[in-house]
Amino acid sequence: MSEISIETRGLNLFYGDFQALIGIDLQIPARQVTALIGPSGCGKSTLLRVFNRMNDLIEGVRVSGQVIIDGQDIFAPGIDLLSLREKVGMVFQRPNPFPLTVYENIVFGLSVHRLARRSEYGDIVEQALRSVLLWDDLKDRLQQSALKLSLEQQQRLCIARVLPLKPQILLMDEPCSALDPFATMHIEELMQELKKEYTIVIVTHNMQQAGRASDRTGFLYLGKLIEFDETVKIFTKPAQTMTENYISGRFG
Amino acid sequence: MNPRLAQKIAFAVLLLATLLVVLPVLVILLIIVGKGASAISWDFLFSMPRDGMTAGGIFPAILGTLYLVLGAIIFAVPLGVMAAVYLVEYSSDNWLSRLVKLSIVNLAGVPSVVYGLFGLGIFVTFFGFGASILSGSLTLGIMILPVIITSAREALESVPRHFRTVSLSLGASRWQTIRHSVLPHALPGILTGMILGLGRVAGETAPILFTVAAFYLPRLPQSVFDQTMALPYHLYVISTQVPGIAENVRYGTALVLLTLVLLLNLAAILIRSRFRKKKKW
Repeated sequence: MSEISIETRGLNLFYGDFQALIGIDLQIPARQVTALIGPSGCGKSTLLRVFNRMNDLIEGVRVSGQVIIDGQDIFAPGIDLLSLREKVGMVFQRPNPFPLTVYENIVFGLSVHRLARRSEYGDIVEQALRSVLLWDDLKDRLQQSALKLSLEQQQRLCIARVLPLKPQILLMDEPCSALDPFATMHIEELMQELKKEYTIVIVTHNMQQAGRASDRTGFLYLGKLIEFDETVKIFTKPAQTMTENYISGRFG
Repeated sequence: MNPRLAQKIAFAVLLLATLLVVLPVLVILLIIVGKGASAISWDFLFSMPRDGMTAGGIFPAILGTLYLVLGAIIFAVPLGVMAAVYLVEYSSDNWLSRLVKLSIVNLAGVPSVVYGLFGLGIFVTFFGFGASILSGSLTLGIMILPVIITSAREALESVPRHFRTVSLSLGASRWQTIRHSVLPHALPGILTGMILGLGRVAGETAPILFTVAAFYLPRLPQSVFDQTMALPYHLYVISTQVPGIAENVRYGTALVLLTLVLLLNLAAILIRSRFRKKKKW
């Protein structure tokens, strides 16, 4: 396997007394799309939120094991959460732009991390919008409220919002579940573009989406990683019966 | 009963109840304007009282009330908003923070005369500020803190959760998140609390009686350590303590106080609606 972007070793996660992730060992390759699938409550979103430590916001979460990103265990003491989240961007289930202008949404991360001079903002905004194929639609509407955009445009904008931080990894938590089929198709095409530069991890409850859009797929069930392999293998010759049963729609 | 008839009766009763609420307010306004309007003049608003307050104007009282409002707001708004931010954004939900929140809500119910006594004990005597604008502003500020904190808390809590989540996920610190993604959107609600506080500060008599208000001063206050006259107390003085003051002067003073509060509120409402137009979600 090629370069590894995220590696977990014996990862356990507890919400209070409940163990949501059990002994996860996983290697996510760089610059590919990795899909996490499984029935509701299997831990796939929890696993995704481990990678940028968004679970920290929930009270009573404990983690053991290692998660290595960029050569560093992100749960080691003294790790800088802010630069971790700069490295690992996230796109959420519902499009959630700030109630600001398109322009302000994109420069938000820049101003927070003081990454660029104000004079460079214009170019960075253009580049970010071009990357998500919104520039032609929005170049004359940069000062308009982001909430006036269509849902698909909003979700693209949310992707564009993380790009100026130059992340290595993009986490996407069911990014298409609020979108119609056409918009979904467009976002999937966009993922194929973006994976040239970014490692993408996507959580989806839509198996067809995992099949279409990902290079690798991990199947989780009740907090365990049942199987992790190339998407083609998972969907044609899964090694585990449980995976096969889930893929073929016998449960879940 | 016939449902159509019942509907008519219900409607009539509800309308009557509404009118009964509005009526006293209208009557008060009419009486005050009717009896006080003739006193209002440039001279009345902007000159010193003369001849044992039977003639001349009420300028020192107007100015004093403005000073007190300003002082209380300068003191209470930053402090109250900071406390609200801490309670909503930083403190975890345990018995201590619940106790603090409960105490703050209950503080709003403490009679203002008690705040007056407190101000007298702490600021006037203990800190030695004497009866002064400083003591009065601080006392009034403490009195409106619960209103400011409670409304600021509600405003902060009504900012959607995902603003914080997204901001944090972009690597913003908690403080940056509060500063850029939460506070700006809570501003209209915070201003509402300020408006409510303004009205109370301008109209309150008991606390200033203990801490700042002067019966009569021949000159304007020179610093925050001076006493000042103030409209509510002045109104009380000329209505009950000094004989021979024309009726239109008394009602005129009430009219000025009323107008002042309305103007302050209007200004705050205008500011708020400008923010509302800018921020929508």
